[in-house]
Amino acid sequence: MGRIWQFGDSIDTDVLAPGQYMKSPLAELAAHCLEAVRPEFAAEAKQGDIVLAGNNFGVGSSREQAAEILKFLGISCVVAHSFAGIFYRNAINLGLPVFILPPKDSLPAGLVDGASVSFDFDMASISLTAHNKHIQLEPLPSFLKDLIIDGGLVPHLEKRFAS
Amino acid sequence: MITLAQKLISEACGSSRVTTGEIVVCKVDLAMIHDSGGPRRVKPILERLGRDVWQKDRVAVVTDHYVPVESNETEAIQKLTRQWVHEQDIKHFYDQQGICHVVVPERGHIKPGMFCVGGDSHSPTGGAFGAYMFGIGATEMAGVLVTGEIWIKVPQTILISWQRQLPAYVTAKDMMLATCREIGMGGGRYQAIQFAGEAVHDLSMQERMTLSNMAAELGAQAGLIAPDEVTAEFIRATGAVLPANWKEYAIETAGEGDEALYYDASLLAPQIAAPHSPENADNAEAFRNTAFNLAYIGACTGAKYVDLAAAASVLKGRKIASGITLKVAPASLKDQNRAEAEGIMQILEDAGAEFLANSCGICAGYGADRLAENDVCLSSTARNFKGRMGAASSQVYLASPYTVAASAVAGTMIDPREVAEG
Repeated sequence: MGRIWQFGDSIDTDVLAPGQYMKSPLAELAAHCLEAVRPEFAAEAKQGDIVLAGNNFGVGSSREQAAEILKFLGISCVVAHSFAGIFYRNAINLGLPVFILPPKDSLPAGLVDGASVSFDFDMASISLTAHNKHIQLEPLPSFLKDLIIDGGLVPHLEKRFAS
Repeated sequence: MITLAQKLISEACGSSRVTTGEIVVCKVDLAMIHDSGGPRRVKPILERLGRDVWQKDRVAVVTDHYVPVESNETEAIQKLTRQWVHEQDIKHFYDQQGICHVVVPERGHIKPGMFCVGGDSHSPTGGAFGAYMFGIGATEMAGVLVTGEIWIKVPQTILISWQRQLPAYVTAKDMMLATCREIGMGGGRYQAIQFAGEAVHDLSMQERMTLSNMAAELGAQAGLIAPDEVTAEFIRATGAVLPANWKEYAIETAGEGDEALYYDASLLAPQIAAPHSPENADNAEAFRNTAFNLAYIGACTGAKYVDLAAAASVLKGRKIASGITLKVAPASLKDQNRAEAEGIMQILEDAGAEFLANSCGICAGYGADRLAENDVCLSSTARNFKGRMGAASSQVYLASPYTVAASAVAGTMIDPREVAEG
């Protein structure tokens, strides 16, 4: 259970993980996550919250801290109409679930900033608590789903090397 | 008909035929990393996995983001980088020689037929050599470093063909800003773009690198260009051995169901992209009389030898206007030395330029040299996201080195032809 943090199109990696703080420890970088567009986000995001965004989420740099700090802040998954390719790969490699939303016109009206939601990774769905509505997300290919279940690429490789 | 992307991927995954959308595992010929996403991020992962680098001569390490060293934190990052290179016995280490996307090709590491990854989003630059190259994050890079492999979803090809010839003072940067406007920053759909046509093959190798580099700004995974004699000559000049079969990669076609876009290069005018996206591009003329205070010639797409030469051709015998600061950060030491030998650096200095280190500099926004509150910068770089190059209130306009140089002389944004031919 958590709330929705809604963003528009083309949220870039400089806004997610500002270059100025890239040399700093993760907690400090995370404190500045999205501050240019949503100053209260880093301080108020809680475990189980969901980021909902438009097109091309994570556009820009290859810095994986953009995905890592969302996970660090407790975000349980990012759902968007589309993702920038490198961000999408990074999120999966770090074990942060990322899902593609169905087309805009098929989404319920209650799917807005601040709404209470729960997320079911296995079913690839989110539920709007107040409206009793389920939104089916595009399922991940099994190859990528397994990576996330393992907790990301590093635990996945640990498992592979151990066997 | 097989596309260049399909040929490169099918060879790397050892399958005679690959299909679009299929996930395959490829063997990596070269992994490039830098001081930001490189050793400091991959070292702990390799230690956790208890593995070393899979092949020491297939890794290139470049320091370019935290250069120059200016704090205890960045000094520690550089020290860690050097120690890791030493511990892992990495064969190709370029310490403060310039930006990875320029240094690695100039040392002859990227050739037709290769399959490469880079720990930086502008890694599609390598595609200019007829290699498949793309950017990945540090965790995925650590995976490559221990296994020598990476998965890839076989992409479609988006053929972007530039017919006829570019007018004078119109460059690769203008082609890319115009393409960003036409198809948007998501238009590449994480597929493989292939740049084609007469105007592309007329370009020098470094100009082609600007096209491939900015495939990242279109959201493509790769930005390929079929190799030709220009490619071959560039590689020979680095002293590297050109693969005997390089002409096999001179494939310039879209496949069944692929997208193809055709543009007339002769109709293209110099472009400027307004804050805060490269897709906010229009003819430079539309920005006439837009005020700015900093002209920046820097970065992998904007300060290579050809870019310095372009700026100098406009600045020769001229001075920058009062109220304008011109900063130049040559993209590599090698390019800077060549420009020095040819008198180009002197021309820039005489015009009033200040020089910065051979590094990512203001473009990455990592260091002390950043844009201040309310700065308005006209920049030859690739990306103008809000706050990227400094203060959130700063504004960055993107343009070619010709346009940046001419505007610095005029004291306002201008089509460079008005200054150069005026």
